[in-house]
Amino acid sequence: MGRYVVVRLLQMIPVFFGTTFLIYAMVFALPGDPILALAGDKPLPPAVLNALHDRYNLDDPLIVQYGKYIGGLLQGDLGETFTGQPVGELLSDRWTVTLQLALTAWVFELVAGVALGVIAALRRGGIIDTLVLGGTTFIIAIPVFVFGYTAQIVLGLHLGLFPTSYEGDWPGSFILPAMVLGSFGIAYVARLARASLIENLRADFVRTAQSKGVARRRIIGVHTLRNSLIPVVTYLGVDFGNLMAGAVVTEGIFNLPGIGQQVFQSIQLQEGTVVVGVVSLLVLVYLLVNLLVDLLYGVLDPRISHG
Amino acid sequence: MVEAIAAPPTGEVEPISQRGSLWQDAWHQLRRRVTFWLSALILTVAVAMAVFPGLFTSLGPNEGCNVRRARVRPSDAAIFGFDNQGCEYWSQVVYGARPSILIGLAVTVFSLLIAIVLGLLAGYYGGWVDGLISRLTDIFFGIPFVLGATVVLIAFPERGIWAMTLVLVLLGWTTMTRIMRGQVLAVKDTDYVRAARGLGAGDLRIMRKHILPNAIAPVFIVAMLNVGNVISGEATLDYLGVGLQFPEVSWGLQLNVARSFFFEFPHLLIFPGLFLTATVLSFLMLGDVVRDALDPKLR
Repeated sequence: MGRYVVVRLLQMIPVFFGTTFLIYAMVFALPGDPILALAGDKPLPPAVLNALHDRYNLDDPLIVQYGKYIGGLLQGDLGETFTGQPVGELLSDRWTVTLQLALTAWVFELVAGVALGVIAALRRGGIIDTLVLGGTTFIIAIPVFVFGYTAQIVLGLHLGLFPTSYEGDWPGSFILPAMVLGSFGIAYVARLARASLIENLRADFVRTAQSKGVARRRIIGVHTLRNSLIPVVTYLGVDFGNLMAGAVVTEGIFNLPGIGQQVFQSIQLQEGTVVVGVVSLLVLVYLLVNLLVDLLYGVLDPRISHG
Repeated sequence: MVEAIAAPPTGEVEPISQRGSLWQDAWHQLRRRVTFWLSALILTVAVAMAVFPGLFTSLGPNEGCNVRRARVRPSDAAIFGFDNQGCEYWSQVVYGARPSILIGLAVTVFSLLIAIVLGLLAGYYGGWVDGLISRLTDIFFGIPFVLGATVVLIAFPERGIWAMTLVLVLLGWTTMTRIMRGQVLAVKDTDYVRAARGLGAGDLRIMRKHILPNAIAPVFIVAMLNVGNVISGEATLDYLGVGLQFPEVSWGLQLNVARSFFFEFPHLLIFPGLFLTATVLSFLMLGDVVRDALDPKLR
C-alpha cells in the first residue's frame, strides 16, 4: 500500500510539471507585450519598461521564467500581478467562494445522483426509471449556460425561490448555482449508478444469495450497492477538478465572485501568473483527488488490492 | 452528411459482416428503436440546415437586418422574432447550425484518428512508447477544458471554424486515446493475434487487420457521444466570448448576445438554446442506442 502511494506520487511529478509548463508556455506565447498593454496609449519610458520587464522576468527565455516561477511556487509564493498585488492574496477570498460552490455541487452529485440511480435501477423499466433516463439524457445534452439562465429566469425571477444575484451567504446564494453546476454530474452519476447496479444485480453472487434466502434489502445493501459504486466514485474523483474549473461559466451566470471570474479576466489581461497559479492548483487538486479515488477502490471492493 | 453519422452500422455492415456479425446484429437492433429514428430525423434536419440553409430561409446570414426592429418579440410575421441587430431570428438560427455541426464532426474525426494511431502504438508496443504516450495523455487530460481553451484561443488574432477545431482537438483527443489503448491491450494477447504472428504477419498488418477491427467498437461509441459534447463545448466558448467572432453566425454567439437581454427578451435565449440542445441531445441519444446495440450484455 505505502509503496503504491509512493509510485503514484512519483508518477504525478512529470504530469504536474508538464501541465503547468504547457499552460505557462501558452500564456507566454500570447502575442503582444503585457506591460505595454498595461500602459495603454501613452508610451512608457524605456527605463520603466526595462525595469518592469526585469521585475517580472519577461526578458528571460521561457524555460528560465518557468523555472523561477516554479521555484517560487514550491516555496508557497504564487508571484504577483502586474499591478504588484500578490496572487496568493488576490485568490484567497475567491478560493473560498469557488470551493463552497464546487463542494455543494459535489454533494448534490453524490446524494441526488446516487439516489436517483439506485431508485431507477431497482424499478427498472418502470415510470420512475423512464423519467430518470429521459431526464438525465436531457440534462446531459443541455449546455450548462442555457440551463443556468433558464433556471435563473424560472426559479429565480418568476417563482422567486432563489436570489437572482450573489448575496454572500451560504447556502442561500449557492443552492441554485450549485444545482446548475452539478446538473451534468447528477445526471451522469445517476446513469452510472443505475447501469452498474443493474449489472451487478445479475451477478452470480446475487443469485447465490437469493437462493440462500437472503432478504432483498440485504442483497442490495450489503452485496451489491457498495461495489456498484466504483464507477461512481471514479467519476466523482475526476469530476471534482472539472467542477472547480467549470465554475468559470456558472460564476459568470450568477455573478459569484469566485476564482473562475478572476481567471477569466486575468487571461484577457495576460496576467500569466494568475492563470498559471490557478491552473497549477486545479491540476494539483485533480491529481490528488484521483489518487484518493484509487485508494478508495480497495475499501469499496476487497477484490482490488494495491499490494 | 447525416449518413456518415447516423448509419455507420449500415455503411460498415458489408465488409465487416463477412468476418463477424457484430455490426449486422447491431443494425437489426437499431432498426427497432424509436429513439434511433427520432434522433436520426432531428440530425437530418440539422445537417440539412448546415449544408443547404437556402432550403429553410431566403435571407443570407446577417442579411436584411434593421436596427429599428432590434429584439422585437416573436409574432405571426416573424415567428422567432428579431435579434439584437434587428435581423430575422429564424434565419439567423438556421445559419447557426453550420459551425456547430461542422466543428462537432471535424473535431471528432480528427480526435478519433489521433486516438487510433496513438492508442495502437501505445497498446501494441508498450514499453517506453507506451510510457511516453500515456504521460502525454495524462498531461493534456489534466488541463481544465474552459481555461485551457481560453488561454489558447486568446492567442489567435482571428478565430474562425478551423481555429476552434484545432483547439478542441488539442484538448479532446485524450479520452478516446485512453480507451483505444485499453482495448488494444485487451485484444493483443488473444489467440488469433498470436496465430497471425506465428504465420509471419508483420506488426503493421497485425495492427491493421487483426487488432483495429476488434478494438474499435467502444472507441467508436465514445466518438459518437463526443460529437454532442464538442458542439456543447464549442457553444460554451462562443458564449464566453473567446470562440467564433462576428460576422460568423453561431448558436453560441447568439446566446452570448442573449445573456444581456434574456430577462426582458427570453426569445433571444430560447430559440438558439432549443436548437443547440436538440442537436446535442440527438447525438447523445444516437450514441446511446448504438452502444446498446453493440453491447450484447445490455440486451
